[in-house]
Parts: sequence; C-alpha cells; structure tokens
Amino acid sequence: MESRFIYRALGVGVLGGLLAFVFARIFAEPFIQDAIDYESGRDAAQEALDKAAGVTVGTADPEIFSRGIQRNLGIATGMVLFGLAMGGLFVVAYLMLSRRFPGLRPRVLAALVAAAGFVGVYLVPFVKYPANPPAIGHSETISDRSAVYLAMVGISVVALILAVVAGYRLAGRFGTWNASLLAALGFVVVISVAMALLPALGHFPVNEAQYGKHATETPQPLLGPDGKIVYPGFPADVLFKFRLYSIIAQMIMWSTLGLAFGALAERLTGKVRAPATARPAAVVTPSPAS
Amino acid sequence: MIPKGATVSTAAPGTEAYGQSISSPITARALWLGGVLILSLLLYYFIGVDQGATSLFGADRHIHEFVHDSRHFLGFPCH
Repeated sequence: MESRFIYRALGVGVLGGLLAFVFARIFAEPFIQDAIDYESGRDAAQEALDKAAGVTVGTADPEIFSRGIQRNLGIATGMVLFGLAMGGLFVVAYLMLSRRFPGLRPRVLAALVAAAGFVGVYLVPFVKYPANPPAIGHSETISDRSAVYLAMVGISVVALILAVVAGYRLAGRFGTWNASLLAALGFVVVISVAMALLPALGHFPVNEAQYGKHATETPQPLLGPDGKIVYPGFPADVLFKFRLYSIIAQMIMWSTLGLAFGALAERLTGKVRAPATARPAAVVTPSPAS
Repeated sequence: MIPKGATVSTAAPGTEAYGQSISSPITARALWLGGVLILSLLLYYFIGVDQGATSLFGADRHIHEFVHDSRHFLGFPCH
C-alpha cells in the first residue's frame, strides 16, 4: 500500500526537479555564466598583480567537465536527483502524518507537507546562508561552510517539526489559531537564537585573517598596490538575480511536489476508502486489499 | 524456539493494521519508510556535499564538477 504512494511521490519529485531545471536553464544559467566570467576576469587581474609583485601562484584546477556539460546535463542531473531526494523525504513525512491524521484531506496534507519542506529544508537556511553563484566562496573554507550550512538545515527542520508538535499539543488549551501563533513564535525565537549563534561566513578566522572583516565571502574590489581599484567587486545585480531565481526554482519544485502528489494521493485514497459518501447511488466495488 | 509466554505477532507483515498496536518490531511499512528516508538522505548528501567538505571517493572531483551548477543553485556551499 505504502509503495504506491512512494512511487508516485518519487515520480512527482523527478517531475518537480525537471521543471526546476527547465527554469534554471532558461533564467539562471546566463547569470551563472556571468559569475564565472567575473571569476575568470578577476583571476586574470590577480595574476597580473602577482606577476608585477614577483609572486608566483599555483595554476587553477584542470577542467573536468566543460561548461556545456555543466550547464545542460550536469545541472539537469543535479536538479532531478535533488527533486527525487526531496520526493522521498516528502513522502515519508506524508505517510507518517496521514496515518496519524486520517481525517485530513490528502491534497491539503500534501500541500502542507510540501510547504513545510520548502520552508524547513531550503528557505530558513537561506535566510542565514543564502545560495551563492560561482566566484563567491573561498575554497579553503568549504568544510566550515558545509558544516554550518548543514547545521542550519538540521536545526531548521527539527525546530519546524517541534513547532508543529507543540502547536498541536497547545491547540486544546489555547484554541487552534492561538496555538498556531504560539508555535510559530516559538519557531522564530529558536531559529533567531540559532542564527545569532552560528557564525557569518565572512567571520571564519581564515577569512578574517586573509580578507579582513566582512560579513560574507562576496568578492570585494581588487586593489592594486597604489590602492586603486583594478577589478570591481562582485556585481550586485548578478548576485540578486541568482538568489531570486534560486528561490523561485525551489518554489517550483516544492509546489509541484505538493500539488501534483496531492492530486494523485486523492485518487489513491479514494480507491482505498470506498466512496460511499460521495456517490451513494453508485455501485461500489470493494477494492481488494491493495 | 519461541520461549513460553512470549508474545508473538500473528499479523503477517504488510497487512494493514490501522488503529491496532503493532507487535511485530519491524513491519513492511517501517522498512519502506526507513529505506526511502535513508536513500533520500544519501542522495541529498551526494548532490549537495560529497567531494566538497567530505569525500567518499578521495580526491576525485567528478560528482562535484558534474552537478556543480545545481549545487550552487540549490543553495549548497561550493568551492
């Protein structure tokens, strides 16, 4: 029985990832290319500065996959498999909740779980550690950045689950509306404390030692020995567009999951529960234990 | 051998037991859900993290470079 829901959720996850890829390919890839071009130009300027100062630096990593592969097949694979993974997490949560609350309509529950997934897995961590295009991010801090990002995702998901449980428990005493508000407030407080305690990316000791005090790793203007700007800082519009499209792509993926799976789950659940109330006159054939 | 007095589940795994207490420690349902959960988390790890901060295949960077754009775009730290 569960397997039918699981297959559908995984399929819908793939579909969501595919739609998010199409969006990314059309809207985000030009800005990803802008970011990579910025990085190349900056590296060239840095190299010229180093040469002038008599410093030799190591050569860059050899290219494994061409940009053509990365921006087509590569990002497609990544988005689709991410959709698949989120479909899996989504359906586990959906099945646990639908057994606990059989009275909830499948499409309502599916929409709620997908909304929670979007907020918990992506949006809340994004507030502290937003998505960054290529050229932003120092390779020497990749471990630190991954650790704090995954910590933020974990805290966000756990806090969201706890908030839902707390809201449900409090509903008896304060009423549904007030209990929901209290739970939301508790969630915001917990998340705020976590965000205040976790370091800003620019504040890692390695970054402060090498780049000075900045909140982020976004490249600042490159200065020559005379203090004049030889290469500009990272273009703000490219950064904004990249992040905006990142959010929209996740919204596309999660809403596909929630809405399409909701529709499929309605049909599945309708088959299981004989629709006696919906069509009392119709001949109801009891479905075999499916 | 089942010791005398031990409670033994008579419900076959996979039979629907809504509203009943489950006596069998592992049901088909739990296996499905647990399996999907673990595989999904593994996939999340390989798409988002592997060959960056931690790497299961040493210094190889093929996964990282192949899904490079999506890793950035999905919000994961990269490079």
